[in-house]
Amino acid sequence: MKNKVMKPARSVGIIGYGAYIPRYRLPATEISRIWMGGMPVEPILEKSVAGMDEDVVTMSIEAARNALARAGVNPQEIRAVWVGSESHPYAVKPTSTIVAEALGITPFTQAADLEFACKAGSEAMVAAMALVGSGMGNYALAVGMDTAQGKPGDALEYTAAAGGGAFIIGPAEESLAVIEGVTSYVTDTPDFWRREHQKYPEHGGRFTGQPAYFKHIINSVTTLLDELEKEPADYEYVIFHQPNTKFPHRAAKQLGFSKTQLEKGLLSPRIGNVYAGSSLIGLTAVLDGAEPGDRILLGSFGSGAGSDALSLLVTEKITTRRGKALSTEEYINRRTEIDYAQYVRMRRKITLK
Amino acid sequence: MDIPRHWRLNKQRYTLTGEVCPHCEAKIFPPRDICPECRDEAKKEFEFSGKGEIYSFTDIYNPPEGYEESIPYTVALVKLDEGPLVTAQLTDFGDQQVEIGMPVEMITRKLRSDGDERGLLVYGYKFRPMVNA
Repeated sequence: MKNKVMKPARSVGIIGYGAYIPRYRLPATEISRIWMGGMPVEPILEKSVAGMDEDVVTMSIEAARNALARAGVNPQEIRAVWVGSESHPYAVKPTSTIVAEALGITPFTQAADLEFACKAGSEAMVAAMALVGSGMGNYALAVGMDTAQGKPGDALEYTAAAGGGAFIIGPAEESLAVIEGVTSYVTDTPDFWRREHQKYPEHGGRFTGQPAYFKHIINSVTTLLDELEKEPADYEYVIFHQPNTKFPHRAAKQLGFSKTQLEKGLLSPRIGNVYAGSSLIGLTAVLDGAEPGDRILLGSFGSGAGSDALSLLVTEKITTRRGKALSTEEYINRRTEIDYAQYVRMRRKITLK
Repeated sequence: MDIPRHWRLNKQRYTLTGEVCPHCEAKIFPPRDICPECRDEAKKEFEFSGKGEIYSFTDIYNPPEGYEESIPYTVALVKLDEGPLVTAQLTDFGDQQVEIGMPVEMITRKLRSDGDERGLLVYGYKFRPMVNA
């Protein structure tokens, strides 16, 4: 039965989008120099690292300001602020209220923090679709942002990075990209987790691949394509969750997408895996270069595990709005290289007391 | 406990909201309800653009309590495009040298933790070199 695609009662889309990437970069060769004797094991070239005065609150504020600048809507008309992350600075006290206050969205708004490993950002987008699509509000802000934690010496230290994206969802007629439908595919798959009070996550090594990342993305994407009666060739761009360089390439190949469709939104080789912001920031990079009429497919993935697949159709409004804030490429090019010693200080891995 | 004080400053710290004098049009930051130019009452809110340039600066190696973690850092007087001078930390200079006259822009960053690692996180404005749009 073809009833798995979720579409809201009224059609919705992206009104404005914004990215944020901190300026510091740690090359993978630095981690290998410290932990692997310089052996070439790098899954990416380098990863972005947040400055000492940055966290998910400050990074979400900047990405959301960019989204608001592009959207051009009155912040007082935004009825929800949902921030997805696995590195919220507080265990108890919402990131979202601070973001809402800084953007002038308070007080008449929903505000909550979401957590679903790397899927929390797309989860926030789908919730925002529902709020706007039901008519409860005209606009909602969804953010996926992380300053990801990687245990020193662990394979994830190479990729655990900082950054993300923000999206203002609104009615389709005001959108720069209409969301045509979404499928969510979720199971209890223990590939990666972090227990309460633990600093670093644990992962299932190779178990994170086939039964987790690939199974969930392939099922969400193939179901979406089947029910929307679309084929990979109907899409100009495809973006997957990007924990490294290899996984998204392999997912694209298995699903029948080409390298050309994948490349524009594949940022992990240059910034690493920004977890809840990973596929979302890929989407911001794609929107920076997309043309009216282009179709975009986004397949997120979060450990634990699940995947949201979204089909988007770019409208002519993209041409006047994308120049109103910094592009994702401008953030990538704003780059200061650091060494491992600076990295351990910035990430507070040196004990001072 | 500085919680009420931090809370009262949220708006000026997060959005650089000051005042504009209804009599002489002077822009005022921080808000003080009396115009420093014409001494008349000035309570009309005004949100600054956050753009300005460095008027003067100094490097801090011996920080006040609560700012030890990020030394050395730079504090500047920033002349906002709308007129007022604001004292604030600079951040995100990377390898760039700070110079008088440099264009800077406001961003929201973590200022400090109020107390130890159990305390309130205090956010507010800092300035960084203008990133070209």
